[in-house]
Amino acid sequence: MYDAPKVILGIIVFLLLFTSPLWINIFGGQSSVKPDIQLPKDSKECVYPTEYMKTNHMDLLNEWRDKVVRENERFLVKNGRFVDFNGKKMEMSLSHTCMKCHNNKSQFCDQCHNYLAVNPYCWDCHVAPKEVLK
Amino acid sequence: MNINRRNFLKIVSVGGVVGIATKMTFDAISDTGNVKLHDGRLEAKRWAMVIDVRKCEQQSDCKVCIEACHKAHNVPNIKNPKDEIKWIWKDKFHNAFITQENEHLPRNMNHKNVLLLCNHCSNPPCTNVCPTKATWKREEDGIVMMDWHRCIGCRYCVAACPYGSRSFNWMDPRPFMNDITEDFPTRTKGVVEKCTFCDERLVRGMLPACVEACPVKALTFGDLDNPESEVRKLLQENFSIRRKPELGTKPEVYYLV
Repeated sequence: MYDAPKVILGIIVFLLLFTSPLWINIFGGQSSVKPDIQLPKDSKECVYPTEYMKTNHMDLLNEWRDKVVRENERFLVKNGRFVDFNGKKMEMSLSHTCMKCHNNKSQFCDQCHNYLAVNPYCWDCHVAPKEVLK
Repeated sequence: MNINRRNFLKIVSVGGVVGIATKMTFDAISDTGNVKLHDGRLEAKRWAMVIDVRKCEQQSDCKVCIEACHKAHNVPNIKNPKDEIKWIWKDKFHNAFITQENEHLPRNMNHKNVLLLCNHCSNPPCTNVCPTKATWKREEDGIVMMDWHRCIGCRYCVAACPYGSRSFNWMDPRPFMNDITEDFPTRTKGVVEKCTFCDERLVRGMLPACVEACPVKALTFGDLDNPESEVRKLLQENFSIRRKPELGTKPEVYYLV
């Protein structure tokens, strides 16, 4: 091979540059972007415990969707009775229930979804509550 | 266990009282003859609508019901008739009832405007052709439902419906809405939509938006299976017609002309 030292050096430099994000992450201490979720200030309690919601909210929403649209059951029933939500029966509804507390899509939903690069199509049809511009 | 006559009578009478009380809590009859269930929803075996064309036609330019419906359901206002979306609309009598072959109809009959919407047929051709069951006839109350999550946009149902009640979203509808109603979803490009007899309002104990909005009470909504309902009374007292009944679709929107 002609110019072996230069070529090998070049390959090493290239590999280092190419994998630099990994090294920066490992030795730099922290990743540059982290989800920064803003929880609703007024309400303390969710439909289900936070841990369950973190991992299973997508399944829950699918389940709610099928119940509401296909089985005509609109309201959440726990232990055989309707669940109270601000003095009304709690609906199994993204817009009418979830987004009433988590009323800021960009500060709540989008934070993790963007971080994980998932792109749920809920909002192609469902209307996100209007956000107050800060 | 020994049951003597006295205890037997006690048990039976308590059971009877509990039974009657339960029945009363479950069915409270509202003033329109529609049954309201304990959880506040309006319920029927067979929802149907009676449209009094005589009343409606007096306000020939009135679009209150159309506007109320389209506002409530985020129906886009697309001017080009090739792309337009409509849940409820008006057309001339001779277009709406093309198989009415009688000559010498009353004067101006053919030029009267008739209100049209999904007929929620008892025997709907649209649901049979849907490959994903995105549209189906709800057995409990007869509403021909849509599940927009599931629609793949094949448009078989559009072709199957003999009434033109279904519209296809050829483009993103959101730019064609002036004011989006947050309570109701919009649709997206590639999805079919139509009237659902306001299932989302019935479940909250409200009548359909068009019925509620009509200034002359030309629209009546109720249970066709209940002889006491207002729709049944209207059909008893008046001669009614339906659109293209000869097709066997059994439409459930009746017209008084």
